[in-house]
Amino acid sequence: MTTAATDLQHTHSLLEVEDLAVEFSTYGGIVQAVRGVSFAVERGKTMAIVGESGCGKSVTVQAMMGLIPMPPGRITSGSARLNGVEILGRNIINGKDIRGSQIGMIFQDPMTSLNPTMTIGDQIAEPLQVHRGYSHKRAFAEAIELLSITKIPEAAKRARQYPFEFSGGMLQRAMIAMAIACKPSILIADEPTTALDVTIQAQILDLLQDLQKETGMAIILITHDLGVVARMADDVAVMYAGKVVEHGGVDDIFYRSAHPYTLGLKLAMPTNDPSKQHKLNPIQGSPPDLFAPPIGCGYCPRCPYSMKICDVKDPDILPVEEMHESRCWLQHPQAITVPDELYCGEKA
Amino acid sequence: MTALVETLELSKYFDIGRKQRVHAVDNISLTIAEKEIVGLVGESGSGKSTFGKTVIGLHAKTSGEVKFRGEILPQAYRPADFQRLASKMQMIFQDPYSSLNPRMTIGEIIAEGLRLHSTLKGTQVKSRVEEWLVRVGLHAGHMSRYPHEFSGGQRQRIGIARALILEPEFVVCDEPISALDVSVQAQVINLLSELKETLGLTLLFIAHDLSMVRYVSDRMAVMYLGSLVEVGKADEVYFDPKHPYTEILIGSNPEPDPELERSRPSTAIQGEIPSPVNVPAGCRFANRCPKVMDVCRVETPQLIPLQDAERQVACHLY
Repeated sequence: MTTAATDLQHTHSLLEVEDLAVEFSTYGGIVQAVRGVSFAVERGKTMAIVGESGCGKSVTVQAMMGLIPMPPGRITSGSARLNGVEILGRNIINGKDIRGSQIGMIFQDPMTSLNPTMTIGDQIAEPLQVHRGYSHKRAFAEAIELLSITKIPEAAKRARQYPFEFSGGMLQRAMIAMAIACKPSILIADEPTTALDVTIQAQILDLLQDLQKETGMAIILITHDLGVVARMADDVAVMYAGKVVEHGGVDDIFYRSAHPYTLGLKLAMPTNDPSKQHKLNPIQGSPPDLFAPPIGCGYCPRCPYSMKICDVKDPDILPVEEMHESRCWLQHPQAITVPDELYCGEKA
Repeated sequence: MTALVETLELSKYFDIGRKQRVHAVDNISLTIAEKEIVGLVGESGSGKSTFGKTVIGLHAKTSGEVKFRGEILPQAYRPADFQRLASKMQMIFQDPYSSLNPRMTIGEIIAEGLRLHSTLKGTQVKSRVEEWLVRVGLHAGHMSRYPHEFSGGQRQRIGIARALILEPEFVVCDEPISALDVSVQAQVINLLSELKETLGLTLLFIAHDLSMVRYVSDRMAVMYLGSLVEVGKADEVYFDPKHPYTEILIGSNPEPDPELERSRPSTAIQGEIPSPVNVPAGCRFANRCPKVMDVCRVETPQLIPLQDAERQVACHLY
């Protein structure tokens, strides 16, 4: 990919995150939770951020939303531009708060993310009163409308109830109603279905897809479930130890995995395709300690293909093919022996 | 195949005052053969864990019986029963964070069963604990450490060592991997299947990850609101579900395959699992079932065998 092409593509993205780095001061020292993350989100598309616990996926979006408590947190570098306007470190742009009005967010645990002492309707009405200046009456009527959009039966009655009267699935619908109240251009969903059963998960994922079709909003979906990624995503960023290690279209990631970690995740899961039956191949070891991040590639100690250089020098993110990149030395044009199972584009 | 564990019309109700009863486990008859892995799936609140705990005696039975090698086990365990059965039946718990005592060292946690149930001397106990630590992929030197020093996957290994050190014949694994990351899940699953082979274990594997249950289990049992709706060979139940609930449950499970996901129609089901308090007559799934008939609301379907006795379904369609 040429630089010109990259520039062209970037001017068209809704959200561009570049080289974002976040660290936290703790008793044990400084944790470098996010170590230079870049990605772009396109209008109306779903971008999934995948990774294990502690890889920095939630911190990445929290930094964008200004939700990192500072101190102990600190954004040490990077930028995030929404429609070309920098949003990192500033919540008010042109007199408007970005949070809630341009970017909506839903969280993993709806039970603890909602205010237990306010009715559901009042909580959904709140962003409308704050960002749009609606009267309480008008905002509450709109809240009831939003509850029925998110397919909550008897919306008018439900709006007057408190969170404890809702089930987990219903609470997540209420959270979605709140997040989309001001018609944001991006909805960030941080593990939206992890706490839910598969049947309820299917309902919530369907709802998110329907809402995206109707409103054209982009979705950033944070998850560790590759099944959910396959179901929802257009683009995928795979994160490991605070960095994006592979980035590409959903089919690239699943069928042409170009990073050993992505490959490892796939081989560690059972497939339900009887023709592709395999024994589970766990990834041995555990992720690196981000108090003292490795100098080389973070995945190197667990990687079956690691080379000498991996231990001493961290690879750049290298192009595999158009719109598909991998942070692995094996993608270097001069890499000599590349394992067959790792996709390396059409390079000679 | 000889049956190792058998439940006969096993029920467990919880009284919650004012004539309210939670029908957590209702009338379940299930046979688990020796050296077999039976996977138990269902939504949260369907009674999977209560069933597992009732089978090994952590809950007293409301009615019905549990047989172990043909012997009828007591309705409620007395200390002597626990003493006698602990070396035969064990449990691995879901949450590796809350199921280990934070004030005990790993050595103490793993050795506790041996101290209580074996006649081994102190030094012998110690060497057995060391042996098991290595066996589950930890180091003998970890004995003097505390649970907070370990990651989730390592803690689950400790839980496994604690349950298996007595070399039980039957182990209930209650969601042993759901708190773990994908890369670590496979480590724990491989460890369990390896130990199952070498020790000849029989497992009841409770989980909500359907793909993993299909992979691990010989047979699969599907629970809904306290009762079994379908039992059969794991692959057959997964690829050819008969009960409408099983069909929906498996259809809702997203597969890590984008092409498959794009081609698959959405099977999201309306509504949520109802409360198990004072359940009405008829099929419990009737109010959510896409194939509901009049009879379903009146008569409770029994678990009946289909063509071959291996496959059982509780549905009026069959």
